[in-house]
Amino acid sequence: MNVTLTHYLVLAALLFCLGVYGAITRKNAIGILMALELVFNAVNLTLVAAGRFRPQPDAVGQLFALFVIAAAAAESVLGLAIILAIYRRRLIVNADEMDLMKN
Amino acid sequence: MADPVVLALAVPLCPLAAFGLTWLLARGRPAAGAALSLSAIALSFLLAVVLLWGQVHAPGTIQADIPWMPLGRLVIRMGILLDPLSALMMVIVTGVSLLVQVYSLGYMRGDPGFARFFSYLSLFSFSMLALVLADNFILLYMAWELVGLCSYLLIGFWYEKPEAARAAKKAFVVTRVGDLGFLVGILVLSLMAGTFDFAAVARFIGAGSVPQGQVTLVVLLLFCGAVGKSGQFPLHVWLPDAMEGPTPVSALIHSATMVAAGVFMVARLYGIFQASADALRVVAGLGAFTAVFAAAIALAQDDIKRILAYSTISQLGYMMLALGVGGYGAGLFHLTTHAAFKTLLFLGAGCVIHAVGTNDIRQMGGLGRRMPVTAVTFAVAVLAIAGIFPLSGFWSKDEILEAVRAGGHPVLYVIALGTVFLTAVYMSRLYFRVFAGTLRKDASPHESPAVMTVPLLILALFAAGLGILGSPWVGRGIHGLLDPSAPRPVLDIGILVLSNGLAAAGILLSLVLFGRGRASEAAQGRRPGPLYSLLAHKFYIDELYLLLIRALFFSLTAAVAWFDRHVVDGTVNLVGGASKNGGELLRRTLAGKVQGYALIITCGVLAALALLFAASLGLLGPWLLGPGGAGR
Repeated sequence: MNVTLTHYLVLAALLFCLGVYGAITRKNAIGILMALELVFNAVNLTLVAAGRFRPQPDAVGQLFALFVIAAAAAESVLGLAIILAIYRRRLIVNADEMDLMKN
Repeated sequence: MADPVVLALAVPLCPLAAFGLTWLLARGRPAAGAALSLSAIALSFLLAVVLLWGQVHAPGTIQADIPWMPLGRLVIRMGILLDPLSALMMVIVTGVSLLVQVYSLGYMRGDPGFARFFSYLSLFSFSMLALVLADNFILLYMAWELVGLCSYLLIGFWYEKPEAARAAKKAFVVTRVGDLGFLVGILVLSLMAGTFDFAAVARFIGAGSVPQGQVTLVVLLLFCGAVGKSGQFPLHVWLPDAMEGPTPVSALIHSATMVAAGVFMVARLYGIFQASADALRVVAGLGAFTAVFAAAIALAQDDIKRILAYSTISQLGYMMLALGVGGYGAGLFHLTTHAAFKTLLFLGAGCVIHAVGTNDIRQMGGLGRRMPVTAVTFAVAVLAIAGIFPLSGFWSKDEILEAVRAGGHPVLYVIALGTVFLTAVYMSRLYFRVFAGTLRKDASPHESPAVMTVPLLILALFAAGLGILGSPWVGRGIHGLLDPSAPRPVLDIGILVLSNGLAAAGILLSLVLFGRGRASEAAQGRRPGPLYSLLAHKFYIDELYLLLIRALFFSLTAAVAWFDRHVVDGTVNLVGGASKNGGELLRRTLAGKVQGYALIITCGVLAALALLFAASLGLLGPWLLGPGGAGR
């Protein structure tokens, strides 16, 4: 079977939708963070695949993906720190119980 | 000798400087304010006399102007016009103003607004002088409104008094009615002619390229302004009420100068007015009607200043009549003599009011022996206005009568003669009521101080002697100055006998009816007849206006107010309420939960993607992403 760009893109789209679905529906805040990692990885996959299928393949796509991974790591650190801080203060980890943005 | 243009400019600018300096330096310092104002007007008077002297020796028209405001093809120029007419008017304005200001030193002594009073008088003098010097419609109109403003400020000088504030407002609003027509006339005329310059507009109209009907209409529009300012029927209602102002103001503004501005305007634009015989007929007819109408009302008034106010209206009607029948010089001559004797009458009335503390002539009587100077000067003025030979009023009034007769207007001639009779009756009634008979028991009047009586004496001199300018014994006198083509005046014995006979008859009638001075208690309690009631209520003109305003204007404004409250405000409230309620509704959809927001963001992105997709298929037409933007 000949793997084409379309295959990669469809897979990435599926991953992306999965991630978004998880981010919206998961109760646990850590679960939401994990779902967001799926979204990042879908993007990374798109970037690497696009780089591979350029007329003259080069490493730009991979390079871009590396930067995204670094940014994602930083985002995870921040997100986990926030969740931890909320947990210490209020003893909750469920996102639907967090309503600090109102009132 | 200095350049006449510079001198002419200095005449109005002196009082203006006094006005500015008074507000800057002399606020709350009465003596300083009065000194500034008086010295400025004295200087102006001297300059005006010099200028008039120059015009007497070498009559000529000097015009000096600068481009002021270029509006495309139309360039508005600003400048002054120095000719015999403006020189004469300047002397009248500054002379009366000077005497009235001296008189005010005594009359207004101790008033808390002393400095303010003099600063307003200075501002008025400036405005009036600018008015008479104007060489174009723009400056004329600006000065015209400025004198209106000063009139408003000075009528309402004692603004704590509700009547004064009301009278000031009334004067402003009523004259505004006439000024609207004036403004429209100016704009139409100037736009047709393409210039605002008097001489150029007159040349344009004289060229005859405008249809006669249009000329008549425009001239009548201009005349509206004169009707308002000079208190001609039907806009005369403000002038009697204006007597709420201090008496020197009535003397200066509401008898001698500002109200004569309407007459001056007609004279200044005489070249334009002459282009329409119909318009001149209207001027003459309205003037004659106003003269007899106001004289009749004056018969039945009991307020000393109101009688004089109606007399002013009547005399202004005379001047209009003269101008309307072609008596240009006669009208202006009467303006000049009227300025002298009417100012004298008002200043004399001021002395009387000062002495007895009331305006009501029923409360006066017997003042003649206690106030000899006032009584004698007042008598001179009464005889002058009645037109008794050889006082000034006789000469000017006779010229008007002659002009009317020469103009071939038998009806107007009869009206004018009737007015001579009425004038004699009401003026001598006033005199007898105030000065003759016995003194009221509780009254102790006293003669005014010299600062007030000296102006009276000077004015009495002029009221008696000014007529010499129009008599046959001084060459062509004032007419040679104003109108070089005028014939040498001749003394018409027929008119002399007729008018003096009528005036004497009027005075005799008055003597019989009112010679005992103050009316007896019995006479005061008598029920007035219907004719007297009609006159005492001034033909119910004020009531008619009120009725009309209530019926028409207020119902119209009520409808407008309803529209504003329910439709305009309703729309505004609808928009506000909709945003507020909509926001409230949207606020409830957001629970403050992260995932709710994430869902909305996702939906938004999906919607945007769907839109882009649709656009790329060309479903939305080219305008969404620009030409070809979607296809790439």
